[in-house]
Amino acid sequence: MNVNYMYSLLAVVVLFLVSYLGVKVGLAPVFGIVIPYLAVIIFLVGVVRKVMGWAKSAVPFRIPSTCGQQQSLPWIRPNKIDNPFTPGAVVIRMILEVVCFRSLFRNTRNAIREGKLVQEWEIWLWVFALAFHYAFLTVVVRHMRLFTDPIPACIQMVENLDSFFRFEILTNNFQFGLPAVYISGFVLLAAVTFLFLRRVLSPPVRYISLAADYFPLFLIFGIAFSGILMRYFTKVNIRNVKELTMGLVTFHPTIPEGIGAVFYVHLFFVCILLAYFPFSKLMHMAGVFLSPTRNLPGNSRAVRHVNPWNYPVEVHTYEEYEEEFREKMIEAGLPVEKE
Amino acid sequence: MSDLPKPTELISRIDRTTPRTGWMDTPVNIRKGMYCYAANPKSVEYVGLPYPHAWNPIEDDWHLPENWKEIIHEGLKVRLERFRSLKVFMDICVRCGACADKCHFFIGTGDPKNMPVLRAELLRSVYRNDFTTAGKILKRLAGARPMTLDVLKEWWYYFFQCTQCRRCSVFCPYGIDTAEITLLARELLNLLGLNIDWIATPVANCYRTGNHLGIQPHAFKDMLEFFVDDIEEITGVRMEPNFNKKGADILFITPSGDVFADPGTYTCMGYLILFHFLKEKYGLDVTWSTYASEGGNFGNFTSHEMMKRLNAKMYAEAKRLGVKWILGGECGHMWRVINQYMGTMNGPADFLEEPVSPITGTRFENARSTKMVHISEFTADLIKHGKLDLDISRNDNLVVTFHDSCNPSRGMGLLEEPRYVIQNVVRHFHEMPANTIREQTFCCGSGAGLNAGEDMELRLCGGLPRAMAVKHVHQKYGVNMLATICAIDRAALPTLMEYYVPEVRVTGVTEMVANALILPGEGERTTNLRSEPLPGMEEEE
Ligand code: SF4
Ligand code: SF4
Repeated sequence: MNVNYMYSLLAVVVLFLVSYLGVKVGLAPVFGIVIPYLAVIIFLVGVVRKVMGWAKSAVPFRIPSTCGQQQSLPWIRPNKIDNPFTPGAVVIRMILEVVCFRSLFRNTRNAIREGKLVQEWEIWLWVFALAFHYAFLTVVVRHMRLFTDPIPACIQMVENLDSFFRFEILTNNFQFGLPAVYISGFVLLAAVTFLFLRRVLSPPVRYISLAADYFPLFLIFGIAFSGILMRYFTKVNIRNVKELTMGLVTFHPTIPEGIGAVFYVHLFFVCILLAYFPFSKLMHMAGVFLSPTRNLPGNSRAVRHVNPWNYPVEVHTYEEYEEEFREKMIEAGLPVEKE
Repeated sequence: MSDLPKPTELISRIDRTTPRTGWMDTPVNIRKGMYCYAANPKSVEYVGLPYPHAWNPIEDDWHLPENWKEIIHEGLKVRLERFRSLKVFMDICVRCGACADKCHFFIGTGDPKNMPVLRAELLRSVYRNDFTTAGKILKRLAGARPMTLDVLKEWWYYFFQCTQCRRCSVFCPYGIDTAEITLLARELLNLLGLNIDWIATPVANCYRTGNHLGIQPHAFKDMLEFFVDDIEEITGVRMEPNFNKKGADILFITPSGDVFADPGTYTCMGYLILFHFLKEKYGLDVTWSTYASEGGNFGNFTSHEMMKRLNAKMYAEAKRLGVKWILGGECGHMWRVINQYMGTMNGPADFLEEPVSPITGTRFENARSTKMVHISEFTADLIKHGKLDLDISRNDNLVVTFHDSCNPSRGMGLLEEPRYVIQNVVRHFHEMPANTIREQTFCCGSGAGLNAGEDMELRLCGGLPRAMAVKHVHQKYGVNMLATICAIDRAALPTLMEYYVPEVRVTGVTEMVANALILPGEGERTTNLRSEPLPGMEEEE
């Protein structure tokens, strides 16, 4: 029994019960108003504090990992992106890293087979990590329709792109009037499942995994699952939900009647995720921009980098050196400063 | 190497199944052959590093100061403020495992604590416990654990099983560089006097005499003069290297490993031959220094401060001698220090000129601040401009492959220059598989001060991926020479080759240049710098 994921699963189950039962006993205002506000505050303050904490620490040296030829002689072609020489190239490197997960794309796997070391390209982590993050992003953008009035065109566009299944279903004359199927939700669920299975099935990954790695996965699974449940099965009244969310963003919070408990569970999970975010590894979202091995140009031989805490150190001076070895130096015919 | 298993045995012994107990509950087992001897307190004391004392890694009591936990806690706190890298790397790892099987020590030992992510977790767990809210509240659930003597021993064991090669960092989606974490963890261990002797004593030697072997000035000169004699025998040309010469054009600094041990010595002879050629043909005046007689910076394996203290000699000597700029020899970590730290630590070097090759007129733009040029850049430029007279048939007996040393490839990006040089001085060149060269290169397994004899098993485990790739090209193309631009490689790889691929020998790039170089006034050469017959000269012996 793996305690790490059992505890995490347990935590998410408890959170579910707390919110589900809480709403049943009439605590909807707590789960619909108080906790969301709290969560957003914790999230914002937490993230800002964390990032400021990082920013407060010095970057004493320019230490980029270089993944290609440096800029050198004019006839040697440098790898401008993987070994950026200018700030512009650094920006491109960062964008590719953040948008395409470039380093992860490089991933290989190796094994020893018949006494030989073999390396293979390993793409699945990249595929599912990318799927996970983009699906998540789409879901977040899509949900912005609940917080905006009128709904900006770009959000509607994302929504339309995400839900192109609808057209197919309508032309097939679906008599139940099934709502548009958002691909992102299902992709998110699938990717989370993959990431979880990878964690439990791959022995080395299981070995390095902490409860803190399973917990967000279960939580996100819970969010996606409750979202899908609501949309396709329990059918919450979207107008009431929007009333609640608009109330929150306009600071006139209300609790409309007739929103099912599943919605509050969904919302509560999201709040927990937000509040948990700044204290967890999820901060990699912000940290990736601050990583000194990636966000600096590799030009320290050409442009001097300054260390804010550089202090004088004790060195062994030439005078001390000559003092110790002068006799021997003279004897060996080496030039000296003082005869 | 008598008590070591055969290569096949060593490989079949690698067990990648993970232990039944979680890593926090699996105690460290400090095993013979896998660690280096403790630092000699005299060396620690000589350079004024903290808490010099006698201790033995396999004894229970490490004779630590009473307040050692406080020292570590405070030390970590200071470093978190000084190094954003550390702080960010402590917080953002998602334990995706992309780095896990990228480390040659994990591949070669199967020990899960050699997965870079877990190596970092050893430190991270204590960081969480001491410095994060989640860790303080949730303890183990958040991956936190308090500092104990066992944890400290684990740190020592595994942070001295990392060669700071940075391969893991290439694959990490956030660029988390375990080498950086290792360096800082070693700084913390140094606060308690817990270094290894193969680092501490070279550090003390470098500080005192300028080079890691403690060669005194007259002996340093003697050693180079031995080479001069040898070269005269081989080429019929006598050369007169300059020492500590004021007003020379260029100061040349190379790792002292080249001056001392085979096959580095042949590379050193190569430098002498090249400089003599340039002096005769173009009047270039190069000087060696006995004071700054080490490029390799063992401080890099100790602490940033020590790195700076040792590095300072290069600029100080260039200033004293009044040279125009500095040329650096074939060395791995020396170049990582020059590239990433030197200008910051000991610059600005405004007493030097922006490096321009007086022979070709090439301006080394990429070195305009540090004013230090790598010999491969310098030589590649000379060859490109047709300034060297080369007879490459003299290297026809060589089938060469190139080992990218970790530091120049991943901390600098010096990939094409040495290849260009090699391909212009030998006819037969073959690359190793793409996953094992350039930024994905595998470490020699002995870097970062782990080149000691007593940890031979660790070195052979760590060198396994590199050796396998060499073996591959040996079998496929008949490669018989492994070229490299690092002095630690030249010291470590011959042992590795002898063990896994005995048919392959090791060379520096400049050795091959010098073999091909036609010196003005030379006699007929019948042997190479190793005094072996040149191709076609075998019968005439
Ligand atoms: S690749 Fe990076 S984020 Fe992933 S486990 Fe390794 S250090 Fe952590
Ligand atoms: S820096 Fe190199 S030796 Fe150290 S953990 Fe990473 S891959 Fe392994």
